Amino acid sequence: MTARVNGSLADLAQDLVGRAVRAGARAADAVVAESDGLAIGVRLDEVEKLKRSRQRRAGLRVFVGASTAIVSTADFSADGLAELAREACALAARTAPDPHAGLPDAGDLATALPDLDLDDPAVATLGPEQALAWAREGEAAALAAAPEITNSEGAEFSADSGRVAYASSLGFVGAYAGSHAGLTVVPVASRDGAMQRDSWYTTHRKLAGLASPADVGREAAHRTLRRLGARRPPTCECPVVFDPETAASLLRQLAGAISGSALFRRMSFLVDRLGEQIASPAVTVIDDPLRPAGPASRPFDGEGVAQRRRIVVEDGVLRTYLLDSYSARRLGLRTTGHAARSVGDAPGAGPTNFVLQPGPHTPEAIIGSIRSGLYVTELIGFGVNAVTGDYSRGAAGLWIENGELAYPVEELTIAGNLRDMLRDIEMVGNDLTLRNAVAAPTLKLARMTVAGT
Amino acid sequence: MEVVAPDRFFRERFGLSDAVLEQVLGTALARRADHADLYFEFRVAQTASLEEGVVKKATRNVSQGVGVRVVAGARAGYAHSDEVTLDRLELAARTARAIADERTDTVAVPARRPTAAHDLYPVARPPIDTPLDDEIALLAAIDAAARSVDPAITNVLASVGIEHKVVLIATSAGTVVGDVRPLVHLGITCIAERGNDRQQGYYGGGGRFEFSTLADGRALRFAREAARQALVNLRATDAPAGTMTVVLGPGWPGILLHEAIGHGLEGDFNRKRVSAFTDRVGTRVASELCTVVDDGTIASRRGSLNVDDEGTPTQRTMLIERGVLRGYLQDRMNAALMGVPATGNGRRESFAHLPMPRMTNTFMLAGEDAPEDVIRSVDRGLYAVSFGGGQVDITSGKFVFSANEAYLIEGGKIGRPVRGATLIGNGPDVLTRITRVGADLQLDEGIGTCGKDGQSVPVGVGLPTIRIDGLTVGGTQA
Repeated sequence: MTARVNGSLADLAQDLVGRAVRAGARAADAVVAESDGLAIGVRLDEVEKLKRSRQRRAGLRVFVGASTAIVSTADFSADGLAELAREACALAARTAPDPHAGLPDAGDLATALPDLDLDDPAVATLGPEQALAWAREGEAAALAAAPEITNSEGAEFSADSGRVAYASSLGFVGAYAGSHAGLTVVPVASRDGAMQRDSWYTTHRKLAGLASPADVGREAAHRTLRRLGARRPPTCECPVVFDPETAASLLRQLAGAISGSALFRRMSFLVDRLGEQIASPAVTVIDDPLRPAGPASRPFDGEGVAQRRRIVVEDGVLRTYLLDSYSARRLGLRTTGHAARSVGDAPGAGPTNFVLQPGPHTPEAIIGSIRSGLYVTELIGFGVNAVTGDYSRGAAGLWIENGELAYPVEELTIAGNLRDMLRDIEMVGNDLTLRNAVAAPTLKLARMTVAGT
Repeated sequence: MEVVAPDRFFRERFGLSDAVLEQVLGTALARRADHADLYFEFRVAQTASLEEGVVKKATRNVSQGVGVRVVAGARAGYAHSDEVTLDRLELAARTARAIADERTDTVAVPARRPTAAHDLYPVARPPIDTPLDDEIALLAAIDAAARSVDPAITNVLASVGIEHKVVLIATSAGTVVGDVRPLVHLGITCIAERGNDRQQGYYGGGGRFEFSTLADGRALRFAREAARQALVNLRATDAPAGTMTVVLGPGWPGILLHEAIGHGLEGDFNRKRVSAFTDRVGTRVASELCTVVDDGTIASRRGSLNVDDEGTPTQRTMLIERGVLRGYLQDRMNAALMGVPATGNGRRESFAHLPMPRMTNTFMLAGEDAPEDVIRSVDRGLYAVSFGGGQVDITSGKFVFSANEAYLIEGGKIGRPVRGATLIGNGPDVLTRITRVGADLQLDEGIGTCGKDGQSVPVGVGLPTIRIDGLTVGGTQA
């Protein structure tokens, strides 16, 4: 779709594939990516950081016989690129054959590349003065929100634009450009000698899609202020409400558990569950790589495979896994176009715009349904076992008493098992926003174990 | 790969002469700046991964680039590029200096070459030169060793990662210092299955040494450990929930120190007064039994460096001495702003990142108790010996770390294994609850990677067996 703009990148990708084939590869594919970035940080109204980035990398995957190797470089000299293809084939000569290795079936490749409105030229040309002004405005709004906002970890505005090209020995070649911009504000509040910080942000592919810096700053201040005076809750079992940010983290766990690489290794708590009820009937999840200007939208996946919207979970029933061509062959299935590709590694499988669909309940009604329970606004740590679904994470949030948010709580954990947690989703909020690729509204889980005092 | 001095390496690869370095630093300092530096990096990383008994995947990645930084007060300008040419360097220098005010005078920047303070990781053969066949042979032996532990071990995933990084740092103070940094890493995951129950165990290690050091027997020990842990977890039952006495085993559980106090003692957070440890130097933050250091100078360790990524030699820094907070971890900029010496903790993930204060190897010195006595002293509690990751909120001080091998202690004896659980505590407070410190200090095997502000760097931790009276355990049994 943008071969005109990215001619040189696409040419480079095709050239690499050609070199690999000439060096003895049975098949090969190449990714070439470049990006330019600007980040500017302010703290207490002073410029703290100005950063300009420029990166360019080429990655090559070769299949020699039934063996595979992956190489990448930032050295774009003629020698560097020639060496890359030779090295890839030499490495592949030493690895073990794998009958499932290879490119996707030609019939699965994208033919027409839709224009998904992924690139805002204004992001690439954004000057540091404008970025600085927005960062300042965001932080200033947070600092002005209340006298208890006494300090700041600053505000940062970042803008990145990049181009990526993919080519394979199946004859596929495609390229597209994309941009991202965002503002994050991190205020610090204090009361009675105790400090709290929280943050808020906006992010979009287009400058015009960003929330106003003042709104971001005010929300950051609100989230920080409501943590002041946090206590430790008692250890108990109770209903737990996840705000949209933390609910999205549950959805990321779900995406990981139904991704091909976890499934064929049987390292998922959802192995062999296709077609079964894995979540409460209130849960429907859709993955849509073709949503215009979506944060994870793309015209083809990391193997050139065509993209389409899929219902992943329908009324709690698992309708599809997320597969790249390798995991699909391992599982005896067909790729779903979910190959995620970094320049220097083999494709894996992962979600695109993966969204838990909104339900009928307002967040107030969800909170109002609980006599005593927890409203989670932050999760920390890595206490999730993807193989068993065992879940135990640090949390902070607000305690719910008689249907209202009563006081902040911290230094607590929530624990359960993801298998039960997905089934225990009792209410789904109507407050979905599509800020991030993986997104969910407010969710109420019937019961988890809270550990505190 | 021929081992040459970093300055010769970059001179030959990119045509960098002293005159070029001086010119670019001169451009960077053409405004009213305090400091400028150039960071050149060349990195080769390769991996070989085994699963289902064979190595089906190998990768090799080459990256290179330069970052130009200009510091004026608390401001940092930074520009980086993976094209290392004079034009790009000059452009980067002009971009980075935009944070500084205009000045009229010019500064001469002399380049000279001091010798590095340490030589902590000499290798006869750089590990990056290891033939892939040797790595494949080791991985096959690991697979066999893990499976031989028990027929319940149904899959083994193991991977060797080897990195070779050459850096050269030229500063406006006139120093030019280089470092060649080898790094070897081995990670092993074992899956154990019994009936419908499936559990995993993880173990690994590495450091800045030759590949043969991994193959000297420790790799097979790691394999058996990963298998053993998976088998233990097959027997594990639900973990308790609530506040209780916790005993941590030696070595990797030192991640407690990294999360509970290490990040909170980094200079940037304290200069900005956003750390729960702000203004606490000289005050008691731990029990008298606790002495904690950060030491980047231990030979061959994963967290060690000859010089940090700003060219400052690493050192051993006293953080907590017999319970009293002694100091912070500093990079150049924060040290200058706080009026204290840099401690050799200015680190960055790569040329694409600004340096900031980071830990190296952080550990508690040994106490006097026999580890058996520490366990025997507890009537009822949790004994945790292996952990996954951790995280901290440095402002509130709340931190977590997640056990992946733990046991109940009942009547002073180690009892049944329990499922993984996250432990949560308050950094400025948790070390004051330490009532026993064992004589068995161990450093971890070399598996730690620390993330901060989106940057990952290799680190080490260490701990003797310790008893903490009151830490919240996040199990499911309320």
